[in-house]
Amino acid sequence: MTTDIKPHTWKTMPRGGIIPEAGNAAAYRTGAWRTYRPIWSAENCIHCLTCWILCPDASIQAERGKVKGIDYEHCKGCGICAHECPINAKVLANDKLSPEEKEKKKAITMVLEGETAASKE
Amino acid sequence: MATVTTPQTRVSLTGNDAAAEALRQVNPDVVPAYPITPQTELMHKFAQFHADGLVDTEMVLVESEHSAMSAAVGASAAGARVATATSSQGYALMVEICYIAAAYRLPIVMPLINRALSGPINIHCDHSDAMLARDSGWIQLWCENAQEAYDNTLQAFRIAEHPDVLTPAIVNLDGFILSHTAETVDILDDEPVKAFIGGYTPERSLLDTDHPYSIGALFLPDNYFEIRRQQAQAIEDSLPVVEAVGREFADLSGRSYGIYEDYQLDDADLIVVALGSTCGTAKVAVDELRAEGVKAGLLKPRLYRPFPGPQFIDALRGAKAVAVMDRAISYGLNGGALYHELRSFAYRQLDIPFLSYIYGLGGRDIIVDEIKTIYRALAEVLDKGLDVREARYIGVRE
Repeated sequence: MTTDIKPHTWKTMPRGGIIPEAGNAAAYRTGAWRTYRPIWSAENCIHCLTCWILCPDASIQAERGKVKGIDYEHCKGCGICAHECPINAKVLANDKLSPEEKEKKKAITMVLEGETAASKE
Repeated sequence: MATVTTPQTRVSLTGNDAAAEALRQVNPDVVPAYPITPQTELMHKFAQFHADGLVDTEMVLVESEHSAMSAAVGASAAGARVATATSSQGYALMVEICYIAAAYRLPIVMPLINRALSGPINIHCDHSDAMLARDSGWIQLWCENAQEAYDNTLQAFRIAEHPDVLTPAIVNLDGFILSHTAETVDILDDEPVKAFIGGYTPERSLLDTDHPYSIGALFLPDNYFEIRRQQAQAIEDSLPVVEAVGREFADLSGRSYGIYEDYQLDDADLIVVALGSTCGTAKVAVDELRAEGVKAGLLKPRLYRPFPGPQFIDALRGAKAVAVMDRAISYGLNGGALYHELRSFAYRQLDIPFLSYIYGLGGRDIIVDEIKTIYRALAEVLDKGLDVREARYIGVRE
């Protein structure tokens, strides 16, 4: 289920279609929409927070200036994080690395849901 | 008969002035306004009250009618008591927001100074703008004269703001015929009106940061229908409120208001149904025909949305033939909107001839003698047993 919010009948629906709870978008599990999921590498990340700034779903988890992980309940798999990551860019531009080496050095890798970064080897 | 203890002052006012006077006494929190003939003088008058410090209203002179209704929605959602006014093309421009105002259950009150929709461009009275509002979810009241313009504008706030209703309301008054014609109007004193209208304390307000909420969210197919069903219930529930407020107003003013006016319907054989100022003319026709021995009557709807179909049909019981006059065309419908709506409620209730007359478009005048010909046509239909299926036009050059 994309959401745990119980569907309203016409009688229980808040009048005028208002949303009476502040910030309840968090209860809607948009992560269920994902086709590709981002895998974050703690070793390769430099905590520049570019992905955190650009994520449209506020799904990069960060604490005190350091990335902690990905909120898979809300990440929709758009790939902006991987696309904008400066480490990924640097790695991809390094012609001395093989494709397999590049995958291991990236800070964020997009994999198909159901696969892991490891299973891609 | 109600005992009138409230003092009143008899003055000469146009329909626009009368509605503006009502708004002055209500003293809404916010009035966004944009001018359009023939509404303009209503807001001019109100703006003058505002300039003279007679109201505390935040008056917002916006750049279009679309903005006027948008501002009204924002202000009402923020918890303000809001009014605006428009006509014709101005209504058409704001109409998308009007549907939204009703869906968001915002009790905005709007005098609609009825003017023909373009094209061709025409500034005179017909009911096409009100017909555009038919399915919008707004309550609709109709006025026969300037007194009713004043009285209905006051009552509209009580109806719209009722907790069972919370639905915006249009008060229709005929452009130029009522808006610009001075008539005698009995105005109540400010204090009794203030007591009648009461304060407006909405259950929630966007300005109440202790109880935040969002309004205007996207509703996907899994939820939209429930909102609309709820809205349908609210407008149905407004009917008893219209009646209750009418009774309370009768105690205040001595003038009775219900959902329709019964003019000589009791023993009437031939009944005409019409909206707005035409009813004033029709009453003269009824009186003259009665003097000739014709049992003529007039059903004058006051409430049009919600449509009090069963009540109208009860009012028509005993009649032998009914003609419905529509001052607007619904193209391709072969008969006016009011005609079809009324006739459909007569289904399996009244087995009598119903005739449709389209009249008065673009301000084409309708006179007593023309209305008498409608009654004579009803008599002819009965005499000859005619089966009339085609809508008729009266007043157009053939």
